[in-house]
Amino acid sequence: MAEKPQTSANFSSVPVILLLSLFSLPLLVMYAYLFIDTISDTEVGSLIPSEFTLRHWSFLWETKTGKPNIWLVTLNTFIFASCITGVILTVASMAGYVLSRLNVPARGFFLAGVMVLHAFPSVTLIIAIFIVLQWIGLYNSLIGVILVKAAIDLPLGIWLMKGFYDTVPWEIEMAGTVDGASRFTVWRRLVLPQIKPAMMALGLFSFLTGWSEFILPQVLAPGAKVQVLSVYLASLIIDDNNFDFGTFKAVGVFYVVPVLILYVFFQKHLMNIYGGGTKG
Amino acid sequence: MRILLDKFSKSFGSTKVIEDMELEVGSGEMLALLGPSGCGKSTTLFAVCGIHRPTSGRILFGDRDVTNLPSQERNVGVVFQSYALYPHMTVEENIGFPLMVKRVAAADIKKQVADIAALVHIADLLGRRPAQLSGGQQQRVALARALIRRPDVLLLDEPLANLDAKLRLEMRSEIRRLQKETGITAILVTHDQVEAMSMCDRIAIMKSGEIVQIATPSQMYNDPRTSFVASFLGNPPISFLKGRAEQGAFVLGENGLRLPLSALSGIPDGTSVSLGVRPEHFGTTGGIPIDGKVVFAETQGRENLYDVVLPDGSVLRSIQPVRDDVKMGDSVRWNLDSASAFVFAEDGRRL
Repeated sequence: MAEKPQTSANFSSVPVILLLSLFSLPLLVMYAYLFIDTISDTEVGSLIPSEFTLRHWSFLWETKTGKPNIWLVTLNTFIFASCITGVILTVASMAGYVLSRLNVPARGFFLAGVMVLHAFPSVTLIIAIFIVLQWIGLYNSLIGVILVKAAIDLPLGIWLMKGFYDTVPWEIEMAGTVDGASRFTVWRRLVLPQIKPAMMALGLFSFLTGWSEFILPQVLAPGAKVQVLSVYLASLIIDDNNFDFGTFKAVGVFYVVPVLILYVFFQKHLMNIYGGGTKG
Repeated sequence: MRILLDKFSKSFGSTKVIEDMELEVGSGEMLALLGPSGCGKSTTLFAVCGIHRPTSGRILFGDRDVTNLPSQERNVGVVFQSYALYPHMTVEENIGFPLMVKRVAAADIKKQVADIAALVHIADLLGRRPAQLSGGQQQRVALARALIRRPDVLLLDEPLANLDAKLRLEMRSEIRRLQKETGITAILVTHDQVEAMSMCDRIAIMKSGEIVQIATPSQMYNDPRTSFVASFLGNPPISFLKGRAEQGAFVLGENGLRLPLSALSGIPDGTSVSLGVRPEHFGTTGGIPIDGKVVFAETQGRENLYDVVLPDGSVLRSIQPVRDDVKMGDSVRWNLDSASAFVFAEDGRRL
């Protein structure tokens, strides 16, 4: 009995795997070429690379004319994504608690409001936001676009946090107040640690959406000093005068690497956002 | 410290849960709030610890009116049914939390936690987390956390409901020992009459938001005020015979059983009454012989429990020392101790 393989399936998995590989082959080839093309030159019309080169990665050590420095852009993207994460985590963790637990006036209205805002397509607001930002002087600044992006992503975050707070047993809070802790201490010391996995997940989620956000920075902060990677990448492809497909792909790879690293290290936490619940 | 509930009422929206309740718990006394689920006993408990505000009435700890004080300022210790330990903290942090909130010095907390942990016998578990403890150990941690602030009153909300039978027995005496050693005033909420009777000085039995009777366990067992109280206390439970009063006697069926009872003198003939007979008062000894048929027999080791159907269809329970001569289906003629039977009016009042 011991040598029996540990499979629970009652069908052969070989055809399934074969079919799946066949269907995902085009994707795999594309990913492979995305990388291969950045370190090689290929004759027009050929699929086989003809020579190895690091020419396409030269944007890392020399600033192209008319383009901002890549490291400044990367730093901007980091600041952009991190600040969004910070704002969303701070506000959503508090607002979610209030909506889940406190008996505030118009709680139902706020709940419904958060839901509606979540479903609202943010692009339709972009002209209004543009005018507002220009009016208060935050157009073409990182702060402005951070505030806008955080505000647009907040409803989802609040709603998620509320869901996680709902799973924390009331008794823990009752015990906390009876033990003499103020409501804030109860939240900070007793309830918040229970939803740490959710905070992790929401934080990552926010960082990743911030990292990949394109339309808001493109419209609200296109200036060279505040450019983020997605805008930089787009500017490469728009530039008809010195069009360079290899560099475009190289920047693309450069852009996606941090995301991949984050995924590798934190995918367990990211899955949490769909699970939830607290276990001692 | 003495606890007093004065004309205490609580309603949720338009639902009145408790109305004008009067309850006094003496200093150092342990009182049980006993009743079926939904009778308002937990509501009362939560009002005492300040989680619910009373709709009207007063709550006094000693001479201090705490009615409008939030839980944080009341100095009560509560053990919840689910224990409500903080899962992310160690046992030591859990027990020390009430002191930490009061900003007691860390060294002091450590010392006090060690003291109380020794009292509840968990000194060797301080480094663990709640998830690594058994039910009984979690219970002890919850007790220690409730006691460390030296509260004016200890509140126990069904503390034994989540334990297995053997552990329940152990924790029953353990809680009572702690309560006696610390001399703390305690209120125990339970729906288990055995817990209430074995742990408490007095029992307040509740039904739909009202206290039906407050008495010591033995008084309540031997002298129940209503049929509800009689049916709630005692295991196996009391059995009731429905009949009528006739010339100072209880009459069952058309020309069936006649039991002359002193309690029935002065009751008009034909009044419907019911007779409560505890299982230990129906058996081989006693005054009045009754014929019946054994329909159910169960051995409990030391004793046997029998259900006997009388000719008119009503059932009496009997508990007797173990014997092998009676089987299911046998006809028996056993005796009823009429002096120990209770007579209740149709509305449940004891006569």
